[in-house]
Amino acid sequence: MSAATSTLPSTYTPAPGHRYKVGDAVVIKRAFPPGHRRTPYYIRGKQGVIERICGSFPNPEELAYGFDGEPKKILYRVRFAQNHVWPGYAGPAHDIIEMEIFEHWLLPAGNAAAKG
Amino acid sequence: MTDTKFDYYAQKKHAHDHGDHDHAADAHAAIEEPREGPPSEFEIMSRAMQELLEAKGVITAEQVRARMEQFEEDLPYRGSRVVARAWVDPDFKQRLLADGKAACTEFGIDLEADRLIAVENTPEVHNVIVCTLCSCYPRSLLGMPPTWYKSRNYRSRVVFEPRAVLREFGTVLPDNVTVRVHDSNADMRYVVIPMRPAGTEGWDEEKLAELLTRDTLVGVTTPGVAR
Repeated sequence: MSAATSTLPSTYTPAPGHRYKVGDAVVIKRAFPPGHRRTPYYIRGKQGVIERICGSFPNPEELAYGFDGEPKKILYRVRFAQNHVWPGYAGPAHDIIEMEIFEHWLLPAGNAAAKG
Repeated sequence: MTDTKFDYYAQKKHAHDHGDHDHAADAHAAIEEPREGPPSEFEIMSRAMQELLEAKGVITAEQVRARMEQFEEDLPYRGSRVVARAWVDPDFKQRLLADGKAACTEFGIDLEADRLIAVENTPEVHNVIVCTLCSCYPRSLLGMPPTWYKSRNYRSRVVFEPRAVLREFGTVLPDNVTVRVHDSNADMRYVVIPMRPAGTEGWDEEKLAELLTRDTLVGVTTPGVAR
């Protein structure tokens, strides 16, 4: 399975005005703000490809503190090569890992300085 | 402690003394305490919360009991039924892959808040699910997560050495198979559609569902037929 072969529709919830589309190369912001974040540390600063658009969801960074999570944030699934995420990864080069990342954690790849 | 209002056990006993439900008609075993000894801080907190919610009329003890029963007797068997259908019905499988939550409604299964992504194992790709941040799990489809799924060991290792972890579960994958790890870190929940094993030709959904154990649906093992 090569990156971005998934063309499944975004049927979960609407995602109005999403900035990225399936197949776009993105970099996860390398930022370390305090608070409740659903972006795992190990993926910050890494580059991947949009696998699908999940829709818009209440912002967990607000929900965690008793706010209503509005405005909702667009949620994507991003696919990464394992040997990019983990230098020294023991498995073959085609192994992948995928996870959900909210739009405000994404930068277009090529924007070399992946700063927060 | 004699005030039944603030004593969980006394209150429970008190409720039973009223004989407000018929034990003879209850085919189910009593709910057991998971272990002996004094309750932990979290258990005390949880009980206090439940008592407050009951006192305020938000929930009833009966609703909590029914929910616990559902978690043990209904939810754990949903996933295997859904995936067995996907094995025998290619159109259903496509609908499940396109929108898992919508496909489950065909079974009358309401996943409640969960959004479901089904991922399919093929001869080229093996999928495995984890939540590194906590223990996100498709509870409305598989019931309560197993202890190992919540363990630090599994959560930290399966993302960076999935093949080693899978081997510990007895699942050895050749290098030409892509291992696709899904970190279930936000709003989606996941279920694996394993490959239907050879030797199951002509089996009905019910029999196929028995092969689809919890571990196969998380992706740490693959279903097989004893020969």
